[in-house]
Amino acid sequence: MRGFLRNGSAQSWLITLFLLAFLLLVWHLATLQPSFDAAGLTEEQLMGLEFKGDIVRTDTGSFIYNPEKARGIPGPGTVVKKTIEELSEAFHKKGTNDHGIGYLVGYTVIRFAAGFLSASLVAMLIGVLIGLSPMLYRALNPFIQVLKPISPLAWMPLLLYSVQDPTWTAILVVFMASLWPTIANTAFGVSTIRKDYLQVASLLQLTWAHRLVTVILPAAAPAIVAGLRISFGSALVAVVPAEMLLGELGVGYLTWIEWNNLDISGVMFAILVVGVVGMVLDYGFNRLARLVSYAE
Amino acid sequence: MAFLTIDHVSKHFPISNGTGPRSGADKNFCVLKSVNLNISKGEFITTIGHSGCGKSTLLNIIAGLDKGSQGGVILEGKEVDEPGLDRMVVFQSFALMPWLSAFNNVRLAVKAANTSWDDKRVHEHTQKYMDMMGLKGAEEKKPAFLSGGMRQRVGLARAFAVEPKVLLLDEPFAQIDALTRGVIQEELMRMWSATNSTVFMVTHDVDEAILLSNRIALMTNSPEARIAECLEVNIPRPRSRETIIDMPEYTRLRNHVLRFLMTQASHEKTEQ
Repeated sequence: MRGFLRNGSAQSWLITLFLLAFLLLVWHLATLQPSFDAAGLTEEQLMGLEFKGDIVRTDTGSFIYNPEKARGIPGPGTVVKKTIEELSEAFHKKGTNDHGIGYLVGYTVIRFAAGFLSASLVAMLIGVLIGLSPMLYRALNPFIQVLKPISPLAWMPLLLYSVQDPTWTAILVVFMASLWPTIANTAFGVSTIRKDYLQVASLLQLTWAHRLVTVILPAAAPAIVAGLRISFGSALVAVVPAEMLLGELGVGYLTWIEWNNLDISGVMFAILVVGVVGMVLDYGFNRLARLVSYAE
Repeated sequence: MAFLTIDHVSKHFPISNGTGPRSGADKNFCVLKSVNLNISKGEFITTIGHSGCGKSTLLNIIAGLDKGSQGGVILEGKEVDEPGLDRMVVFQSFALMPWLSAFNNVRLAVKAANTSWDDKRVHEHTQKYMDMMGLKGAEEKKPAFLSGGMRQRVGLARAFAVEPKVLLLDEPFAQIDALTRGVIQEELMRMWSATNSTVFMVTHDVDEAILLSNRIALMTNSPEARIAECLEVNIPRPRSRETIIDMPEYTRLRNHVLRFLMTQASHEKTEQ
């Protein structure tokens, strides 16, 4: 117990839980809805409100706000209820555009994986080449410097026009978003490999492929993984608006469709899902980074 | 015909005189000037000189890691100007792959040198040299978790395991504490006589040079470093650190080498 306290993990958990409870409380208090007060309203006004659907008549004859109609920001209770509801039908397909959250996460992950993995391969290849050759680095650097600052979403109209297909456009947007940090980090990692490792490789007469696999990639791996991780973040940022704009089924699309339905608790649920998906994937990256890191 | 001939090897670096790349005339800085050395098979020869005198440059030229501006290196009648498995280097910085275990560092070299061997044979050969260098029990450790002495044992095991024609030792014990250094020096002598290797070492440690070598080449300071003279070390083997320090021959050689190095140092001072 003492060791547990000393390394502070119990305290940090307590603080996390306390903060969570505090934030939920603030959220709850800030979004409390007053109950409907019919005093001072004429029967005609009440009928008007009921006709618009703002209020409904209960069995006892009094009026309450219509629970079906969104009013203000939903509280934590409503969002939790929505979450349970969505998760209980996670793998249901209710219509062509109304798939359960399980499917939506799946679509987003597949789209994301296709763009991110292909971009990572291309980026590592370019990174290794320009990292090994200062001449190529200087030759390609102007292109990289011009293309890098362009928001991946800025490519979307051009991509949509040229590939004529929203599915591929979404993948290509993710591709463009994941390219640059990996190129930069791989090139840096490769160009700063200690000279004596490469000297050992040439003394041992390793072939180019063998040298790449046994010396260059392992030596640059920590830098490459750091680059992949940055790429990953920027691709995750890009995939949500890409789905929104292209209307491709997925988590990003969910936030937009729930907004169109004026279901704010649905929007909040979708935001939460994006956060959880990102967290899970980042955990995977953490493990990968630990696997390839080494002490000098 | 000597086994290994260093034939009129010179090395220039272009240097620019001034602050900017285009200000002033470009000059050549001559590190090595016409270095000649003949090395016989099975010999242990040491080049000694001040830090920065160009002795490591000479070693890198023999290894093929650096190219001479003039002259060449001839091994068994063939000119060598590329790195090759017939010349292995033991680095001052150890140059072990930090992501590989000690065993796999040696194994990488064994496998590269013997591409036709199956895994079992590679494994046995690797283990043999690990054991010879006293690395039993350290096989699975990563270099970061080994002491400097143990790391250089791995470096030596890797170089010996390739069974090269010439071993090139680039100040191999400079980063190892004095007590461990003595132990590994004796292990190196044992390995050298057991494997009949030819060794070219560079160092600035006089005691190390006398203890280990058959011959010591004294190198002048750069610019235009050259080999001023070669000393035969006529001390019978097996040698040990405890016994040789009392020998008159040891004292004579030590004084000779030290006097040479001191003249070099004062020479440099007067030039400045």
